[in-house]
Amino acid sequence: MTVLVIADFLQGQENAAIAPATLNTVAAAAEIGGDVHVLVAGQAVGGVAEAAAKIAGVAKVLVADNAAYAHLLPENVAPLIVALVLESGAKGYSHVLAPATTNGKNILPRVAALLDVDQISEIISVESANTFKRPIYAGNAIATVQSSAAIKVITVRTTGFDPVAAEGGSASVEAIAAAPDAGKSKFVGEELAKSDRPELTAAKVVVSGGRGMGNGDNFNHLYALADKLGAAVGASRAAVDAGFVPNDMQVGQTGKIVAPQLYIAVGISGAIQHLAGMKDSKVIVAINKDEEAPIFQVADYGLVADLFDAVPELASQL
Amino acid sequence: MKVLVAIKRVVDYNVKVRVKADNSGVDLANVKMSLNPFCEIAVEEAIRLKEKGIATEIIAVAVGPTAAQEQLRTALALGADRAILVETSDELNSLAVAKALKAIVDKEQPQLVILGKQAIDSDNNQTGQMLAALTGFAQGTFASKVEVAGDTLNVTREIDGGLQTVALNLPAIVTTDLRLNEPRYASLPNIMKAKKKPLETVTPDALGVSTASTTKTLKVEAPAARSAGIKVTSVAELVEKLKTEAKVI
Ligand SMILES: Cc1cc2nc3c(=O)[nH]c(=O)nc-3n(C[C@H](O)[C@H](O)[C@H](O)COP(=O)(O)OP(=O)(O)OC[C@H]3O[C@@H](n4cnc5c(N)ncnc54)[C@H](O)[C@@H]3O)c2cc1C
Repeated sequence: MTVLVIADFLQGQENAAIAPATLNTVAAAAEIGGDVHVLVAGQAVGGVAEAAAKIAGVAKVLVADNAAYAHLLPENVAPLIVALVLESGAKGYSHVLAPATTNGKNILPRVAALLDVDQISEIISVESANTFKRPIYAGNAIATVQSSAAIKVITVRTTGFDPVAAEGGSASVEAIAAAPDAGKSKFVGEELAKSDRPELTAAKVVVSGGRGMGNGDNFNHLYALADKLGAAVGASRAAVDAGFVPNDMQVGQTGKIVAPQLYIAVGISGAIQHLAGMKDSKVIVAINKDEEAPIFQVADYGLVADLFDAVPELASQL
Repeated sequence: MKVLVAIKRVVDYNVKVRVKADNSGVDLANVKMSLNPFCEIAVEEAIRLKEKGIATEIIAVAVGPTAAQEQLRTALALGADRAILVETSDELNSLAVAKALKAIVDKEQPQLVILGKQAIDSDNNQTGQMLAALTGFAQGTFASKVEVAGDTLNVTREIDGGLQTVALNLPAIVTTDLRLNEPRYASLPNIMKAKKKPLETVTPDALGVSTASTTKTLKVEAPAARSAGIKVTSVAELVEKLKTEAKVI
């Protein structure tokens, strides 16, 4: 049994770096058992491959370094993964795992369909090599699913697995041949958010703002608080839709899933879609002026207050 | 160009579902069902393309139970020209749905297929990508902007780090994200007119599509509940609790 993990990169880094979500995915692979191989597909990814080789528990790193794989276009990367799996034969890859990042979600279903197997999305636990748990209905139910597929194609929700160590491994690195560009799609450009704060899904503390923030400028109150706490800043869908903050800050069922040590929800009512993205946080604090707001039902500590008083005061007391 | 929109009947997004006592699934008896919100956005985008004179015909397709006719009628009322129901009482996995849609694509030859990025029941986020694989089309997932330029489709995508734009050859697959558009409501006259628009029913069998699945749901459970918290009365008390009780700062 060998598990193939598809590495993801941090976007917007000058020299591509491995995304932390890859480490959680390797952890899930280790729970499945057998050897763990990591595929690094991209352009000028020598450094990433070296970093991947150091990940604890990885036996082999496969590197497909080619312009066709830049930006991980699924039309090019999916056939590469499929070829790797099929060429590995009956004794080859039993599982293909990717983090449930936007890259993983984009590429892996295309792989599954080409292999003619179902994909199991966003697992949060490994029960055995063929049985997994995953949330459905915005996390209001947890399904235990069993796969009879010869090759199990799975995305991994990072909050379900503690990351393995980024250092300590010594995997072999092997370059693999690239398939030609499928010629169906081209990268045009990207607009990436620049921030010195920790990455939302990897942060130990997250401060999120909702519609109650009123406008984008008022998020400065949250940034000031976040900087005192070394926190990342997130948002509800309402705050993103209203244009207060960019889309990459959305936490929830259809945004990012976070489970930090401390989550502070400010001016957020607590709709099920928002809760789906943060209710596995260790400690939840809610600041809301409406004492009936549903967010208080999941909060360990609730403060009924006007956020424009409470947030600056909180920042000043830290 | 012909545009195909795939839609799904799902539990309404306002409903908090409950797990059945025998852990066989969630209880959907007497629960409000709706058009999946991301599919609503897909229908809206197709209509806007038609209003711009780019789309010539909009075909709404659902793969699901007889009752999914309701959601197809909604799509017709919103502006789709005709509808196809691939009728099945089985709960299909995304791959089987993608195979059924592939059969319809083969028949209808659309230039563009728009789907929601995710259904809010299974939360799979797979069908569009799988349909792209089966048809060999390019895919623009999690779209927040779609522009047709000749035989190219420019799609701006919501990604983890921000926004990415890709240029896709047509025909192509698009899956919608929340910021693509704000769907309209159907007007009463249009709801009436929709009743007369054509709705064709086929079966997976008749399409020659296998609905076999490689996954089985063993059980469905309620998630671990959070224990009730407390209300603090001041910021000072909050800081104190976080430091000494929760020990997270
Ligand atoms: C398909 C779909 C997917 C969705 N996905 C997501 C998702 O991923 N993430 C997500 O967050 N939502 C998602 N939603 C939206 C969700 O249903 C809610 O609409 C949204 O979460 C509400 O955001 P909010 O809490 O900021 O706004 P509101 O519900 O408007 O709440 C604002 C809160 O701020 C409080 N407030 C206002 N002023 C102050 C003040 N001065 N001081 C203190 N408190 C104040 C109010 O009391 C209120 O509780 C989705 C919805 C759909 C249909």
